[in-house]
Amino acid sequence: MLRIEQLVKRYPTGDTALRGVSLSVAEGQVVALIGPSGAGKSTLIRCVNRLVEPTSGKIWLRDTEITALHPRQLRRIRRRIGMIFQEYALVERLSVMENVLSGRLGYVNFWQSWFRRFPQTDIDQAFTLLDRVGLSDFIDKRADELSGGQRQRVGIARALIQSPDLLLVDEPTASLDPKTSRQIMRLITELARERGLAVIINIHDVPLAQMFVQRIVGLRAGEIVYDGPPDGLTPDRLSEIYGAEDWGASQATTAEQEPSLTAQE
Amino acid sequence: MAEITSPSPYRRWRKPPLIKNPWLRWGVVIGALVYLALAISSVSVDSARIARGLERGGRMIAAFLQPDFVSRWDDIQIGVLESLTMTVVSTIAGVLLSVPIGLGAARNIVPTPIYLICRGIITLSRTFQEVVIAIVFVVMFGFGPLAGVCTLAFATIGFLAKLLAEDIEEIDPAPLEAIRATGAGWLKTITYAVMPQVSARLVGLSVYRFDINLRESAIVGIVGAGGIGSTLQTTFNRYDYDVAGAILIIIITLVMMTELVSAQIRKRLQ
Ligand SMILES: Nc1ncnc2c1ncn2[C@@H]1O[C@H](COP(=O)(O)OP(=O)(O)O)[C@@H](O)[C@H]1O
Ligand SMILES: [Mg+2]
Repeated sequence: MLRIEQLVKRYPTGDTALRGVSLSVAEGQVVALIGPSGAGKSTLIRCVNRLVEPTSGKIWLRDTEITALHPRQLRRIRRRIGMIFQEYALVERLSVMENVLSGRLGYVNFWQSWFRRFPQTDIDQAFTLLDRVGLSDFIDKRADELSGGQRQRVGIARALIQSPDLLLVDEPTASLDPKTSRQIMRLITELARERGLAVIINIHDVPLAQMFVQRIVGLRAGEIVYDGPPDGLTPDRLSEIYGAEDWGASQATTAEQEPSLTAQE
Repeated sequence: MAEITSPSPYRRWRKPPLIKNPWLRWGVVIGALVYLALAISSVSVDSARIARGLERGGRMIAAFLQPDFVSRWDDIQIGVLESLTMTVVSTIAGVLLSVPIGLGAARNIVPTPIYLICRGIITLSRTFQEVVIAIVFVVMFGFGPLAGVCTLAFATIGFLAKLLAEDIEEIDPAPLEAIRATGAGWLKTITYAVMPQVSARLVGLSVYRFDINLRESAIVGIVGAGGIGSTLQTTFNRYDYDVAGAILIIIITLVMMTELVSAQIRKRLQ
């Protein structure tokens, strides 16, 4: 459903973040994009909804060529692409409900958004989503009163209320503790399965990606160096993505930690 | 220890002079002194005039101590009301103009041509002192409060739009990007991602500008732009210093009151 062809991004500063990336994601498929920081993961998913303008290459969502759209058409297609951010990117001074409803801004007219007069169906959906992510008691709290995990749940609800076909998720757990990280990853992957969404998740925590995702793409210096199942990530493969390191040791410690973490949840 | 070759255990140090060349250094000092002496001697000091001035000053201070609120009370009342009206109207108009111009002058949310135009308007408003602007508007619209309102509204833009634009340029860009990513257009992005981040400060600055405008309304009145300043100017022309004293006391009281109230409001907002 998403097809990326020979995507290149060179920033005005001269950094070449992507060097000809091609990638296809099927309907309902969840892909984890791993790679060291600076590999171009954020740039890649930002090119998909053109928060970052690609230098060259093409991107199709179903049969729409995103890279060829005019601003107006781009706004229409963005409604079908939900995005979840590392630092949550909520509007701190707005309430939880307002933050969730802001996911509908692409659908309502200006005065509806100004007076917060969203259609009843949107409000019903917001309540349903807030129940689903476990925030029904925080509806009128301001976003800056929430904990990190709670904020990310608001971010998830905001992305899902768009009724997207595709979710772009940028390091959703990088600011969270290990337990909350797992809960958030579980929530995202479960919701994606329930709704049949295609998802690209940027993540640098390899064991976490392996736990929740069936397909992993490894990016290094703007190029894809791995594309396959989680258990195909051998120490050699990891070295190719991240550089040389004693991968066996790090995997062993994660394996030891796992039972206690699962018991807590 | 054999390395120490200096004959004296004391080593001298002085701060190096700003100008190294001694001829140039002393030349500059002497030149400055000569200029100062010439400048002072060119100001003709007329002792008779100073004496008359002192006498007038004395009468003014005496009048201040016995301010006359009564004999021109009607004029004073009209002037005060006019000043207050000017302040309210010009602050509201100024804020309404400043919001779009301030948005347009924030580099992170508008394209360059709009940015340059709005920055231009702000610079224009900041270049000229209120009195100069007031004279221009008095010439355009004639004497009276309309010229004063236009002056203060225009001056408000230079203050409020500039500070608003600077606030907007410092907002957290992440929510801006997130709201854009939902497919929201420019106006909706502004109302959801930008305004919530700056609105509290905007209200605080508007209240602050209100008390600046009240003070300025007295000053622009002196060049004929209406309000209590015009009343004050008339009393000076008539040498009614006791009435002028009363007016000054009223202005001081009003300014102090609005300052207190606005400080309270701004404290609440934080
Ligand atoms: N806005 C930007 N301007 C200039 N260079 C950038 C910008 N964003 C990212 N880069 C550069 O592009 C490369 C990839 O960055 P990024 O996509 O953020 O990687 P990742 O998300 O994998 O850490 C880095 O070298 C980074 O310095
Ligand atoms: Mg990144």
